[in-house]
Amino acid sequence: MGLNLREASFEGWRRENGRMGVRNHVIILPVDDLSNAAAEAVANNIKGALAIPHAYGRLQFGADLDLHFRTLIGTGTNPNVAGVVVIGIEPGWTGKIVEGIAKSGKPVEGFAIEQNGDINTIASASRAAYRLVKHASKLKKTKAPLVELWVSTKCGESDTTSGLASCPTVGNSYDKLWANGNTLVFGETTELTGGEHLVAARCKTPEIRTQFMAMFDRYQRVVEANKTSDLSDSQPTKGNIEGGLTTIEEKALGNITKIGKKCTVDGVLDKAEVPTHAGLWFMDSSSAAAEMVTLCAASGFAVHTFPTGQGNVIGNPILPVIKLTANPRTQRTMSEHIDVDVTGLLQKQMNMDEAGEALLDCILRTADGELTAAELLGHREFSLTRLYESA
Amino acid sequence: MTIHFVVHDEGDSVGVVVVEGLKAGTRLNGWIMDQDKMMEFDAKSDIPIGHKLAIRAIAQGDTIMKYGTDIGRAVADIGAGEHLHVHNVKTKRW
Repeated sequence: MGLNLREASFEGWRRENGRMGVRNHVIILPVDDLSNAAAEAVANNIKGALAIPHAYGRLQFGADLDLHFRTLIGTGTNPNVAGVVVIGIEPGWTGKIVEGIAKSGKPVEGFAIEQNGDINTIASASRAAYRLVKHASKLKKTKAPLVELWVSTKCGESDTTSGLASCPTVGNSYDKLWANGNTLVFGETTELTGGEHLVAARCKTPEIRTQFMAMFDRYQRVVEANKTSDLSDSQPTKGNIEGGLTTIEEKALGNITKIGKKCTVDGVLDKAEVPTHAGLWFMDSSSAAAEMVTLCAASGFAVHTFPTGQGNVIGNPILPVIKLTANPRTQRTMSEHIDVDVTGLLQKQMNMDEAGEALLDCILRTADGELTAAELLGHREFSLTRLYESA
Repeated sequence: MTIHFVVHDEGDSVGVVVVEGLKAGTRLNGWIMDQDKMMEFDAKSDIPIGHKLAIRAIAQGDTIMKYGTDIGRAVADIGAGEHLHVHNVKTKRW
């Protein structure tokens, strides 16, 4: 095959802040759980508008509230989004999110329910959504080099075939994208347990290594403080164990193969933080699939790669999720969920470079607009990470 | 030739079954990925796809190696060719 990444390109939408997006969504973003009904009503009224309901946004405070704002503002700012309607129960926090998204130059309008009621809010917000969808539908695609595509990764319902083949396939493509100058991310802090020394060894500078280990150690303290067992019912998950993974160390060593063999870890991110330069970033995050993918979207990533063993079916409202598997039983029983079949790796019918190129080819096709399995099946999991209880 | 199990590194204690419905007594073809070598083995247990078999005799308390790295400890003796999983191996962390 021999894809020339320097010459590879895709056609997407260049946003007001210069970033390239590969989808053209108009989203109706509730600030809080109370505003989900209005957001869903607006999306029902205006075809092409997408509501992103969620469970939180009330009485949060401190770092947890900062993360809530950062995630919602990041979601609205993501280049796969053309315009945003924000709906909240009251105007204060609604305005804060509108203001945050508006900094990117993107069209955004906010509506508050108190003193209007759902029905008047839905009417006003629907008119705004109408204008934004009309606007988005007129935007022309433009060509951009592959280097402008931000790619994220996180695996799920992993099994032993993940570490043998589907995660190293992502690693192979990450090595190539990293050499090409792309912006990349991985995370899943507790899921590095047993292999944290391998990630530390890959950090580009001693400062980055210290930052990474501080994030890793902090998360270990959360586990130590709250655990009631050795976590063998949670991490590995029941699905991981069914798939043959026995310990967290074994799971972690498979997980870590997603960062390839050559890339260095060029920086660390807090949850939903936006990278400030190209390279491979570590994001301190949950290992739960929907939470991590939601954070990747909020950090501005445009395409996600998701190796699975037992068949995690996750998607995201705005970030196309590409799934790959090396498990022949999963490929046989759940093929409608799989975008890239790398089962051939385990029978020596395909080598790792060929698998990496098959994934890169799928990344480029997805960036050009081809729908992923998760998009076709309507998977739009949007899960906000919480740091602690509400006040 | 069907590959029945795959080993990451020749120093590992385990291989991963990559075919469905593997029965005890089957003569297995194993592929050691990192060194690109083949090995043969007899399965001593029925082992589901994705699960591991011991490729050497392991004593209780021994460290289990996979990817050339420590993945936990044996909590029972495990014979070569036997199923190795949560019933006889535990994490050293948490």
